[in-house]
Amino acid sequence: MAGHHYLPNTPADRQAMLKTIGVQSVEELFADLPADIRLKQPLELPPAVSELEILRMMQERAGRNSNVDQFPCFLGAGAYDHFVPSVVSHLAGRAEFYTAYTQYQPEISQGGLQALWEYQSFMCELTGLDVSNASLYDGATATAEAMNLACGVTGRKKVLISAGVHPFYRQVVATYARDFGFAVQVIPVVQGKTAADELITLVDDETATVILQTPNFYGIIEDMTAFGEAVHRQGGLFVAVVNPISLALLQSPGEYGADIAVGEGQPLGLGLNFGGPYLGFMAVREKYMRRMPGRIVGQTVDIEGRRGFVLTLQAREQHIRREKAYSNICSNEGLCAVMAAIYVSAMGREGLRQVANSCLQKAHYAAQRIAALPGYSLAHTGPFFHEFVIKTPRPASEINSLLLAKGIIGGLDLATLEAAMADQLLFCVTEKRTSGEIDELVAVLEGLK
Amino acid sequence: MSELRQGKPVIYELSRPGRIGCDLPALDVPEQEVAALVSEHLLRSVPPNLPQVSEVDVVRHYIGLSRRNYGVDNGFYPLGSCTMKYNPKINEDTARLAGFSKIHPLQPVDTVQGALSVLYELQTYLAQIAGMDGCTLQPVAGAHGELTGLKLIRAYHHSRGENRTKVIVPDSAHGTNPATATACGLETVEIKSDPDGSVNLEALRAAVGPDTAAFMLTNPSTLGLFETKITEIAKITHDAGGLLYYDGANANAILGITRPGDMGFDVVHFNLHKTFSTPHGGGGPGSGPVGVKAKLLPFLPVPVIEFDGHRYSLQYDQPQSIGKVHSFYGNFAVMLRAYTYIRMMGPDGLRLASEDAVLNANYIMRSLAESYELPFDRHCMHECVFAGLKEPAPGVKTLDIAKRILDYGYHPPTIYFPLIVHDALMIEPTETESKETMDEFIAVMKKIAQEALESPELVSNAPHTTVVRRLDETTAARKPVVRWKDK
Repeated sequence: MAGHHYLPNTPADRQAMLKTIGVQSVEELFADLPADIRLKQPLELPPAVSELEILRMMQERAGRNSNVDQFPCFLGAGAYDHFVPSVVSHLAGRAEFYTAYTQYQPEISQGGLQALWEYQSFMCELTGLDVSNASLYDGATATAEAMNLACGVTGRKKVLISAGVHPFYRQVVATYARDFGFAVQVIPVVQGKTAADELITLVDDETATVILQTPNFYGIIEDMTAFGEAVHRQGGLFVAVVNPISLALLQSPGEYGADIAVGEGQPLGLGLNFGGPYLGFMAVREKYMRRMPGRIVGQTVDIEGRRGFVLTLQAREQHIRREKAYSNICSNEGLCAVMAAIYVSAMGREGLRQVANSCLQKAHYAAQRIAALPGYSLAHTGPFFHEFVIKTPRPASEINSLLLAKGIIGGLDLATLEAAMADQLLFCVTEKRTSGEIDELVAVLEGLK
Repeated sequence: MSELRQGKPVIYELSRPGRIGCDLPALDVPEQEVAALVSEHLLRSVPPNLPQVSEVDVVRHYIGLSRRNYGVDNGFYPLGSCTMKYNPKINEDTARLAGFSKIHPLQPVDTVQGALSVLYELQTYLAQIAGMDGCTLQPVAGAHGELTGLKLIRAYHHSRGENRTKVIVPDSAHGTNPATATACGLETVEIKSDPDGSVNLEALRAAVGPDTAAFMLTNPSTLGLFETKITEIAKITHDAGGLLYYDGANANAILGITRPGDMGFDVVHFNLHKTFSTPHGGGGPGSGPVGVKAKLLPFLPVPVIEFDGHRYSLQYDQPQSIGKVHSFYGNFAVMLRAYTYIRMMGPDGLRLASEDAVLNANYIMRSLAESYELPFDRHCMHECVFAGLKEPAPGVKTLDIAKRILDYGYHPPTIYFPLIVHDALMIEPTETESKETMDEFIAVMKKIAQEALESPELVSNAPHTTVVRRLDETTAARKPVVRWKDK
């Protein structure tokens, strides 16, 4: 094989280097590898293709998917189709950002560090808490890390989590909890809301944490204050799983007494990308700062007094503390956090409020119109943000198939998560959905009743 | 550089009341009073303090920040253990195709068959490269892969009625190995390495027992040397009933040459952001797929991607699965990049990449051996480790050498790792660097060694030319300022 355009060594280069090294062939450099473990034949992989060929192949594969530009999408449930201004991809697409490694050498990483520090500032503002890290993997693992933090701080192992927390997040929490022997109990949801009376009887002095999501999985905005008070009376930590866009309008975790806020940062300027990369975020009260998992950027000065930024509080982390680290996280979602910073900067105070208000208004417009159709009704009565559950007159899967045939990606069929939730669709309406698309959805549903 | 030296405002300092950086369509549904939809006590009393800047402000600000950052597209980045190879541009384009980037993870599977086909094939390729029987793509980072891998191992032992609680790691291991053992509720047993960083078989024999869950190993080791006794290591571990875990951080040395599965490993994670050319993003997003031998397949995280010859599907009904490890299916857009890379390299290209990575590392090692202390005089694999200067200079530390490298426009090597080499400098050039680039770097490294002797303060006070000079990390940690606050 003649060479490859990512591999600059020419045969002459290779010969010159071999000579410097003092060997005859590259093969000699691999002499340490025992013969019995050497691969005797080439890897069974498809032969190399050129750039033009791979582009055509990938275009063909991509073309087999129905994307949300062609099919208006009313799915949410942890991944949200928001408008992303052009500046986000253009700026985050700067190779100085995306081809860098973690900022171990701060003098040549000031750009990334400052962008992450700005991200941290925005997350503190949105959550109303004191300290944000520079990202975790996604909403589900951030929730699991919050549980670990709460159990570590309190030395307790009982975890109460609402059934209103995204079922996938609860499953990841269960995966993380199992090996630590944490006892995770699920608090039921009644009428779309976490059952407050059940929770109050379950919280005791062995409870490490109560974990609630708001708006919850069913879209309902929970009344968080009472839950926080209940767990605080028993010395546990209150964890809020929140949607960052909603925080432009809704009470912040800091205001209702949460100790830790976590969630999915994807709504802040990240594409859907079939589920990843997304952006786990975590913000905490100051007293838990030194227990927080993940990287944290701090402001400082250089020897000449100039402002600068560094990775700080590294004594928490795996590369220093090894088996005593509070988390094993190393690589995080740094570029996604930079994208979120750019998105929030571009939206700004007013733009983010407009996005949130637009979601709220359009979701209510859609919900009211659908619920007014014969056979359809809102499953719950509580206040909601941009998601809501509709009870359907026919199996939800049938409705979704028929919507798809009309070029619409419908809501989430809740029966796919739990058989008992048949004939229910979880819809999401973001600011991207036009009144025309909503009216079309309503018209199709009306025709299906 | 002088302009960059003037310092950079943070975005809040550019904020002016009334400015906005985006353009949203007017609301096209009848607007209702917010308080009529959500009762007052659930609403924020004070809006979040976010900046108010124009679009031009945003663009100039973040372009300005990007100029204060250094990536592999700027130049040589020989950061050992991190495999900072070139990130092909076509990968960025394929990952951004609307049919991939604009699909929702919960769409009906019949509307995402193209995406699932890529994932299914990538799993197959990675299993083939690793010599394994199956693979999950869900872990989103190397450490996340380790967590998934150890949970698989725990589940396997439990299924056999065994509660094995100890994970053996060499003292040369990455910090994530012991940290992951703890994160899986397991106990770490650290064993001393031989002076050359290879596994001490006696220490391993003494450490294994009926409580051994796994032995975690990086091969080539974190010193860039191949474990010649790997077959024996596998036998000792397996005879004790433990499983062998392959940390894929250094897999760039072995593609198509040898495979973890053939060495006797049971579980392996790859870092797509190292070995398979996807960008590191300044600390992520990465991707850490895990390959396993057949006996571990039943425990893989859900959903599992299945193909019946006609249609791809997501299978959640796996009774022995460890459960879910990610909100959805992992970092899909990173996987697209790795898939693109593997298809473009093909089997021969991947092998040549590893051969050139090893050739380049040996070239640098031999070229610098007169100026820097070479602790082990044998061929290295894809990276080489030096133990500080050959001729120590008073007052000049390894950190200082790294900082001086910044003045010459390179990213420095990894320093002070592995922990078992004093004053370690770990250099990994990767296969995508030319001889000319390495020759220039070698000349700079030699010059710095000379400077350390002739003008040590020049080195110990470095860097001199960067946008900021050495930063006060101690105060940063003692009095953390981790967010903006209005004065």
